Amino acid sequence: MKINGVEIDDTFAEAFPMKATRIIITAMNLKWAYHAANALRGFATSVIACGVEADIEHELKPSETPDGRPGISVMIFAMSTRQLAKQIPIRVGQTIMTTATTACYSGILDSEETVPMGRNLRYFGDGYQISKVINGRRFWRIPVMHGEFICEESAGVTRAIGGGNFLILGKTARQVLAASEKAVEAINAVPGVITAFPGGIVGSGSKVGSKYAFLGASTNEAYCPTLKGQVKSELPENIGSVLEIVIDGVDEESINEAMRVGVTTACSYGPKKGIYRISAGNYGGNLGPHLFYLRKILS
Amino acid sequence: MSLKLTLHTSPDVPLEAPCLNPDTLAGMTADIVAAQKVMHGNQAASVGDFFKVAGKANGTLELEGDLSRVKYIGAGMQSGILNVTGNVGQHLGAGMSGGDIRVDGDAGDWVAPEMRGGRVTITGNAGHLVGGAPRGSAIGMLGGEIIIHGNVRNETGHAMRNGLIAVGGTSGDFTGVNMLAGTIIVLGDMGNRSGAGMQRGSIVSMNPAEMLPTFTHACVYRPEFLRLLLLHIRSAGLPVNDDHIEGAYDRWCGDVVEVNRGEILLLNGA
Repeated sequence: MKINGVEIDDTFAEAFPMKATRIIITAMNLKWAYHAANALRGFATSVIACGVEADIEHELKPSETPDGRPGISVMIFAMSTRQLAKQIPIRVGQTIMTTATTACYSGILDSEETVPMGRNLRYFGDGYQISKVINGRRFWRIPVMHGEFICEESAGVTRAIGGGNFLILGKTARQVLAASEKAVEAINAVPGVITAFPGGIVGSGSKVGSKYAFLGASTNEAYCPTLKGQVKSELPENIGSVLEIVIDGVDEESINEAMRVGVTTACSYGPKKGIYRISAGNYGGNLGPHLFYLRKILS
Repeated sequence: MSLKLTLHTSPDVPLEAPCLNPDTLAGMTADIVAAQKVMHGNQAASVGDFFKVAGKANGTLELEGDLSRVKYIGAGMQSGILNVTGNVGQHLGAGMSGGDIRVDGDAGDWVAPEMRGGRVTITGNAGHLVGGAPRGSAIGMLGGEIIIHGNVRNETGHAMRNGLIAVGGTSGDFTGVNMLAGTIIVLGDMGNRSGAGMQRGSIVSMNPAEMLPTFTHACVYRPEFLRLLLLHIRSAGLPVNDDHIEGAYDRWCGDVVEVNRGEILLLNGA
């Protein structure tokens, strides 16, 4: 199968179940909402070492936020609700609460599971915190030096899927990066998905395990262009660079759509611009129950 | 078809009718409803002596007529919808814990005393002690929402412990007196001595008000939580405008004769 002259491998991306929450950050203006959101999603590229995977989902108009101020939706994924419950109060407390003029709300309502936000952070108020229940939702007013930090009691949790992915293989690092950037831009327009790595792109895709017993993941040497000739490489002579785009989403449909638009956009560059092949990462179907076949998604 | 009761005979003296709520009348036919007991003054009577009953209860109860002498309508209500077309008497929704009461008319004193949950909406005016504690009780409403589109009289939210009272018009004296917690919003003018003896809780007004000397001015700021509240009561139909939402508020803390954890927020017109 080829799209615009780009070979589509007959393979699949292998994804696994996760849990996700959505947090709405508002502030006096979008600038300060972004300060908080960028801090919140910092060091949250992979659950391998960060505990969670997080990214900005999209901006919100004032009419779309609980308090009528400009806002940003951030999605955070983890392997379990317990992991989310460990990470969310820490991250919200150290990033959103410390950002001037911000407030923090749950972006998922009426869920069976929740993780604490204000329920834990209220103690920062040292006894001066105030609870308000508005339309069935509990919010905490924590007095801080800029005024008050408003934080919803908890954030809803939903089932999710992590690890949707595809690889862009091309001639040079510069050409592959250009195509990858455009692919990520297209994916960002799909609701319910995030690309948690910096710029949405993985520069150092990994395989499970290592020759070193203490390491759970290590470089994916079969896709390292510098190791052709030293390892059983998956890369032919004309491939000089590979980048991976990893997608977490709330369901299979959203990941399907994100992969479709991402691959299609990358393929639009074509061989003339150095993009030769699209592949995907999997573990032989042994890791996760969600298999995203490239050719099926694109057909 | 929902159950509809239309007043055909006005009571000469107050009629106590706590049975007039969707929970009590659930599943009853018109004949059984008409046989329900009420107290006409100190005399036992039945619903049918005063109301024409039609339809069958399906979770919604419709009342029609001038019920300003009918007390305890919706008392103890836990679920369902109660719509009243006309005025209602004292103790509407007393002790209710859920459901939705809407009165297209005025309400007497003590709207929803000891309310725990649900919502009461009055499109007209209400009397004294909205959400307040009954005489002899130390605690008023414990939760839920009371939305009054018109004016209220004295001691609104007296000793309330939780919940929301929102008033589209003016309030009388002693708004939030002895308040323990909760929120009162008055879009119009408040009378004198608001917040007297309050321990915790929030009283909000969009107009200047004379503060008791036992309150301290803290600052002028834009309380984000108030945006949530104001947007909420705007969705309930109260005339909240953008200046209310975007505006800065004077924060007064008190009452120092109590634990000094309450607040009065007044829209700063400067």
